[in-house]
Amino acid sequence: MSILNKHKYIETNATLLLVLSFFVVSIGGLVQIVPLFYLENTIEDVEGMRPYSPLELTGRDIYIREGCYVCHSQMIRPIRDEIVRYGHYSLAAESQYDHPFQWGSKRTGPDLARVGGRYSDEWHVDHLRDPQSVVPESVMPKYAFLEETRIEGTYIKDLIETHRFVGVPYTDDMVDNAYLDFMAQSNPDSDYDGLLERYPGAQVRNFDGQPGISELDALIAYLQMLGTLVDFSTFEPDASR
Amino acid sequence: MSKKPVKKEVPTTGHSWDGIEEYDNPMPRWWLWTFYACIVFAIGYSIAYPAWPMINRATPGLLGYSTRQDGEAALIAAAQANDVINTKLAETELADISKDPELVTYATNAGAAVFRTWCAQCHGSGAAGVQANGYPNLLDDDWLWGGAIDDIHTTISHGIRNTMDDDARYSEMPAFGDILEQEQIAQVTNFVMSLSGDADSPDMIADGAIVFEENCAACHAEDGTGDRAQGAPNLTDAVWLYGDGYDHIFAQISKARNGVMPNWNTRLSEPEIRAVSIYVHSLGGGE
Ligand code: HEC
Ligand code: HEC
Ligand code: HEC
Repeated sequence: MSILNKHKYIETNATLLLVLSFFVVSIGGLVQIVPLFYLENTIEDVEGMRPYSPLELTGRDIYIREGCYVCHSQMIRPIRDEIVRYGHYSLAAESQYDHPFQWGSKRTGPDLARVGGRYSDEWHVDHLRDPQSVVPESVMPKYAFLEETRIEGTYIKDLIETHRFVGVPYTDDMVDNAYLDFMAQSNPDSDYDGLLERYPGAQVRNFDGQPGISELDALIAYLQMLGTLVDFSTFEPDASR
Repeated sequence: MSKKPVKKEVPTTGHSWDGIEEYDNPMPRWWLWTFYACIVFAIGYSIAYPAWPMINRATPGLLGYSTRQDGEAALIAAAQANDVINTKLAETELADISKDPELVTYATNAGAAVFRTWCAQCHGSGAAGVQANGYPNLLDDDWLWGGAIDDIHTTISHGIRNTMDDDARYSEMPAFGDILEQEQIAQVTNFVMSLSGDADSPDMIADGAIVFEENCAACHAEDGTGDRAQGAPNLTDAVWLYGDGYDHIFAQISKARNGVMPNWNTRLSEPEIRAVSIYVHSLGGGE
């Protein structure tokens, strides 16, 4: 076993030690990560999943900026208690357009993977402005400033292009109309047919009830979409997962 | 430890760093055997459970275990445990449920659990609502859409003014800020206040009554007692959805908020909806 006696050589040669340690550690990574890229059943085919609309994507950025993921997960595990409380367990497909994903690892507040449609827009306005006004027991911080910050959509096309660059299948049509779609979604009086065609199931409402587009509009548009896209009536669970 | 004699026979690893040498002691036996046992266990485990990634999918494992099936099975087991009583709850006429003490006990308990999970965020954990924010108190006998068990059941199943359910209860109070003069709104505000107590400016009541007659009576009724078919609140009872006092009432008349509640028939099962209906009905105001 003379090869085992060579550790003196390795231990005194820092570069070699580094290279070999990296090699050993990467085996663990390769075995765990690489198969997820090619195994067919990692991301099941489901109907209804689509890239996020420009307003939803903006809301998602605000969600990340404000660190909502620090207290909220977006991952319903296939466990009875969670299914009963939050709804159908989350599918990999539902976060396939997330860069980065929002699964989270801490639940100070409830899971938000299926919060879409569970509350009214007015409730979200009340709740984000002052959570304790509707849920007196809540420890969630106030986000009243969101409704005061207007967003113009100046960089919305860049945002969509960036997500396309990292692999979200936004079409040219979607990129070209990013600004129009962004403006249309919170204005029910606009011509939003194109938006609905590009993003089926997008909800068009004045989410914060005030004129203009605020960060609150975008955030509520995002929250109201969460978990509503996949059509579970056509979903066949894969037994081997 | 310090008393332990240094065993001279133990060989060293052979290298010396600044004169410091390292003994080459063998691993403790118990440790080695635990280590070997772990390896054997890991091999067995990876045969029994899903483990190795292959070309298309991972090896399924001899036990055929799947987290999803496990969760599904737990759900089915729970459903079966309550199957008999849930079926009975779903099939009994709503009005007759109160005659069956067993059903009432079950529904009130199950309904309370549903309420705490799905309703408390808006109606409060004690169902007292959030006054002035438009989330009604469910403990009193002042109903917007009706307090009979059938009415409550319809309200909960389909919701109110949501865009998801075509059968949702619907009505819309117009924003009178665009329709009436500020002066007229002030008058009718005083009139509305006079219905349940004291007006701010009693001299405006008479004119307010005329404005009310022309603009409001169609929904809130001539005498202001409201109309449940349209969810128009009773204005004579000093129970306020959007807050008490001149400013709140003035604001509601000029801006007109119209409360929205989601439909629950897509998220809750029929027995759950019935259970929570019975629970709400039992809170004190049921008719
Ligand atoms: C300090 C931790 C914390 C942070 C940060 C936080 N929340 Fe919460 N959130 C909570 C708690 C606790 C609750 C449960 C009580 C309540 O409803 O307020 C909650 C509830 C919610 C709910 C209702 C969920 C349900 O199903 O009842 C939503 C929606 C929500 N939060 C959104 C957000 C958003 C959006 C952000 C970021 C802008 C955020 N939260 C940041 C703690 C937090
Ligand atoms: C998003 C907030 C929200 C949630 C969650 C919610 N409600 Fe409501 N609910 C409302 C609002 C707002 C109204 C009043 C609507 C109006 O102004 O007509 C209401 C009205 C009602 C009414 C009618 C009261 C009346 O006077 O006629 C009942 C009954 C009711 N809710 C029961 C429930 C039950 C049971 C649940 C849980 C399954 C629930 N609600 C969940 C917001 C909510
Ligand atoms: C189309 C029917 C309709 C008309 C017309 C109407 N209302 Fe209403 N009103 C409603 C409804 C419905 C509500 C309850 C809104 C809700 O549930 O969110 C309401 C609520 C109110 C409230 C709030 C009650 C509370 O408990 O806080 C006041 C005050 C009121 N109306 C006054 C008026 C006055 C004054 C007029 C005439 C100038 C008027 N309404 C005309 C339907 C109507």
